[in-house]
Amino acid sequence: MNADPRGVLTGVHFIDGDHACCEGALAAGARFAAGYPITPSTEVVERFAARVPTVGGCFIQMEDELAASIALQGAVWGGAKAFTVTSGPGFSLMMEHLGYAAMTETPCVFVDVQRGGPSTGLPTLPAQADMQQARWGSHGDYEIIALCPNSPQECFNLTIRAFNLAEEFRVPVLVMMDEVVGHMTEKVIIPAADQIEVVPRKHTHKPVDDYLPYQTNGDMVPEIAHAGEGYKFHVTGLTHDERGYPNMTPQTQDKLIRRLQKKIQSAADRIAMLEEDQLEGADVIVISYGITSRVAQRAIDMARQQGLRVGKLRLITAWPFPEKKIAELAAGVKAFVVPELNLGQMVREVERAAAGRATTISVPHAGGGVHNPEDILKLIAEAAR
Amino acid sequence: MTNHLINGPVNPVEPFLRSDRMPHIWCPGCGIGTTVNCFARALIESKIDLQSLALVSGIGCTGRVAGYVKLDSFHTTHGRAIPFATGLKLANPSLNVVVYSGDGDLSAIGGNHLIHAARRNIDLKIICVNNLTYAMTGGQTAPTTPEHSITATNPYGVFEPSFNLPHLMDAAGAVYVARWTTYHVRQLARAMEEAFQKKGFSFIEIISPCPTLYQRRNKLGDGLETMKYYKEKSKVRHGTPTGEVGLSMTGEIIVGKFVDRDRPDYQTMMRAQYKEVLGERYVENPGLPCS
Amino acid sequence: MAKGRVSIVVERCKSCGFCVEFCPTKVLALSSAFNSKGYHPPHVVHPEKCSGCDLCGMYCPDFAIYATKIPQGTGVSQ
Repeated sequence: MNADPRGVLTGVHFIDGDHACCEGALAAGARFAAGYPITPSTEVVERFAARVPTVGGCFIQMEDELAASIALQGAVWGGAKAFTVTSGPGFSLMMEHLGYAAMTETPCVFVDVQRGGPSTGLPTLPAQADMQQARWGSHGDYEIIALCPNSPQECFNLTIRAFNLAEEFRVPVLVMMDEVVGHMTEKVIIPAADQIEVVPRKHTHKPVDDYLPYQTNGDMVPEIAHAGEGYKFHVTGLTHDERGYPNMTPQTQDKLIRRLQKKIQSAADRIAMLEEDQLEGADVIVISYGITSRVAQRAIDMARQQGLRVGKLRLITAWPFPEKKIAELAAGVKAFVVPELNLGQMVREVERAAAGRATTISVPHAGGGVHNPEDILKLIAEAAR
Repeated sequence: MTNHLINGPVNPVEPFLRSDRMPHIWCPGCGIGTTVNCFARALIESKIDLQSLALVSGIGCTGRVAGYVKLDSFHTTHGRAIPFATGLKLANPSLNVVVYSGDGDLSAIGGNHLIHAARRNIDLKIICVNNLTYAMTGGQTAPTTPEHSITATNPYGVFEPSFNLPHLMDAAGAVYVARWTTYHVRQLARAMEEAFQKKGFSFIEIISPCPTLYQRRNKLGDGLETMKYYKEKSKVRHGTPTGEVGLSMTGEIIVGKFVDRDRPDYQTMMRAQYKEVLGERYVENPGLPCS
Repeated sequence: MAKGRVSIVVERCKSCGFCVEFCPTKVLALSSAFNSKGYHPPHVVHPEKCSGCDLCGMYCPDFAIYATKIPQGTGVSQ
């Protein structure tokens, strides 16, 4: 369905990634945000606080990230599309509730504008060191989807996509920005509302007596109901059966957790968004995401000017990780070069998927700035030899 | 199991229970079930539309109430029922949102949320069953455990002062604060009724036995003996300054309604502020529930 | 003529004793019978004294007992 025009600020804008992310959320239909100030993400909710009273909806600054990350879920069950925004230290605090959203299948969006870590780290400077945490940060076995914008325009587009994926799969979706993308100001085109595709909530149409909150009919995504509609359903973070009732046996655990996994993994190909360039016949493929992909592009261009056959693969979705694609490419390439603003996180996935068929070379960076393209070029050249 | 009486009258509480989940997990002599009876009675008497009532709980023995009542109910994370309930209420202000949770869940891990929601006067009804311990996990010290008690984590006796929850709630800004015990079933049901009618942050503390852990470790008898202690040692003193209603292990229990005042709730203040500043441009929640 | 009638869901009872203790007219006592979990449920020893106040029902933590009022003048329980 089309976006609600009330939330769409159609026009050509010159704004930064944080602001564009907020507009993306509004365009996607988000009408509730709960937040807590943390650099470099705060502007997202500051803008939302300013915009939402004239669009219709609610923003509340909660007392901490623990509260923010679950207040938004209460709002989802009350009928809203909802999100929160944070950075490293707040992201760590939100982990329990990320798991709660995955377990209860609450569709929602968490935005992490990554900064230097660990701990307080570098509040105003970039890193991409929360990537594995995004996947594994909460306890237990669960799945999430993570998107990595590399420009303010993508902050807008991918935030909408995040909400759409959240509704389609009833899963928490992460928008993994970084401080540079969040604070860089570029042209952002916001189209007319009828040009924006928005996925509605998978709301049940079943009569009250026939409805089971966690029953699925083969597509693995149950139909949702909201509080106040007469369904009198129960939601719990305990292992539960189709009635939503706690059922703490190994059998129920196996059934539930495997469905939650399969729900995402079986659709991994559909969810994946990759930017590919000159992969055919490449000797070396540079795999990158977020701001690093823009620095890497410079290195790739320089390498190609030197006559090297370098392909580019940009992870727009980082999770679920495109294992099959990497495995296929590994068969025909000498090496993957993986620059990241961390000491090697997504590169571990690349190496795992490559399974030794291609060399995997990490180009780490402790964070606080972006790579020097020369450093990436050097490793591309070595790998190509 | 369900009521097997054929052609017999129905338990007035039964329509509020998920009978298919009976029997519940609470111990013999535990008072939580008693509080649920009072809750059901209050719902009947206040004629609240059950469809618009949502119940949110945290983790613990009292937290299990959410799973046993036939309402839209949410068993959330430890300490975080109140922020979840806040989001729920803000997204759909027509809901009546009750938070039903225990003393450890609400005042320890949930303490920060408790005081902020009270400060903001979010329109929530908090039913705090206080059995003076962390019961579900085996009877550890809670912020409400009276001094000198023996617990699983204070095997030589609690030496720290305990929270006086009505005082805390009064100071934080709650508009309705009452305490009863599970002995005071009629007054408790009435207090819950009053809280349902009241707009703003209401807090009802219910002193309840935990015979298996707190009472047993402290040689205070079983559930029945504890109820008799409540009967004997409770003093109904409405309006007592909340600073004076602290609890001790075997002393007096001051019960009653301590705070009943009026101040605008969070959403009323929010709307007023936006209307004043934005005038015509202010749009309240338009298209919720979202499609 | 009793004003109320007690109903007991024997299998839910855990013999906590609240109903016996707090019935204002002492209608109940714990029986010597067992339910399948080994608890002694209450039984009605003075049915004529039941007012149907349902304090037993309010107190029972296990939803195992309750009282209902008998409509007066009909001679037939509800």
